[in-house]
Amino acid sequence: MTSKEEEKSWKEISIAAVCWKPSTDFLTGDWKTFKPVRDLGKCIRCLLCVMFCPDGAIHWIAEKGDIEFDYNYCKGCGICANECPTKAIEMKIE
Amino acid sequence: MDSEKWGFTVKDIVEKPDLFMSGHRACAGCAPAIVMRLIMKAVRGPTIVTTATGCMEIVSTLYPYTSWAVPWLHTAFENAAANASGIESAIKVLRKKGRIKGEHVDVIAIAGDGGTYDIGFQALSGAVERGHDFLFVLYDNEAYMNTGIQRSGGTPLGAATTTSPAGQVIPGKLEPKKPIADIMAAHEIPYVATASPYYWRDLITKARKGLEVEGPAFLHVFAPCPRGWRSDSAKSIELSRLAVETCIFPLWECIRGEYQLSAPSKVIAIEPQRKKPVKEYLAMQGRFRHLFTSKYENLIDEIQRITDQRWQNLLKKCGITS
Repeated sequence: MTSKEEEKSWKEISIAAVCWKPSTDFLTGDWKTFKPVRDLGKCIRCLLCVMFCPDGAIHWIAEKGDIEFDYNYCKGCGICANECPTKAIEMKIE
Repeated sequence: MDSEKWGFTVKDIVEKPDLFMSGHRACAGCAPAIVMRLIMKAVRGPTIVTTATGCMEIVSTLYPYTSWAVPWLHTAFENAAANASGIESAIKVLRKKGRIKGEHVDVIAIAGDGGTYDIGFQALSGAVERGHDFLFVLYDNEAYMNTGIQRSGGTPLGAATTTSPAGQVIPGKLEPKKPIADIMAAHEIPYVATASPYYWRDLITKARKGLEVEGPAFLHVFAPCPRGWRSDSAKSIELSRLAVETCIFPLWECIRGEYQLSAPSKVIAIEPQRKKPVKEYLAMQGRFRHLFTSKYENLIDEIQRITDQRWQNLLKKCGITS
């Protein structure tokens, strides 16, 4: 949410209420109860978790040739753990 | 590159930037959010998106934040398709006047089942009749989830919602689901298809095909909602797979009136023993919990009967007889 200082009066709000801030400024990671933890040995880098993450919170880092969880946005739904074909991801209480 | 030659790999998709960005406020395990991400991976150039009122509009654009990395427009519940026709016509006029040059601009209209089956239907039917060039994406979570789970034309038979509550009087919704994709195919538009996020390659290819055709295209995407379906948030993708495997939501394409089954459903058509009973799909969802009591047990058979009948009809339309 916008802080008090940022709040604008109706005269300053953009015409037709244009949203001007990217939602990536808003971190949704504090919603989660469980967080995904990966077993590096079991992971085959099939990237299905990247494909199925509703929050885009798993990134493919091309330079490292590996994936990375972004806990800033992860809501802990557990889809990645459920869909992982080798069961490399486990949901652990945070 | 057109979809025929577009042999994309997993890496092509994951390396493509997200045009539906992180930080949106969808519930944990939201399948419509996955659908949005995958659809936006299919765009080929400049794109304008318009969304009807619904979960995906609310969660992605909480003022002043927006999750859309493309130009995005919202007006009201009933007019996603009318917006899209307006945008498409405006682009045409600007091009005629020489104000814009260069690449083709893709227009995507997105609406939920409420904004398509019920409220937005007249605008959609009119827009496709006029033949505007846009892709309409319906993400079907089978009720008005944004306003608190009221039944819509897309809610299946026997599902408990707040306006069709299962109890002593009724066993959930009394009417079967409206076959919206068949209705759109009956408009004889160039492209109609159904898709499910579990089959992501199929989904992305179909979205791209819909963008490529000249004229209107309609894409019906299955999108489980853990909140409204009372299902485990981790099982959203599993449910979208089961819906295809039980033939509750078969995958097909209809190109200018010619029906054809897509690969995941074709496998079941060839080997009918692979078809799973609907019970398996229903048991995973709390909204069907009452069907597993002795009072409403017969409804499961009824759901199975409707599913089988629709599947047989589809096979006939695709020219496959068993």
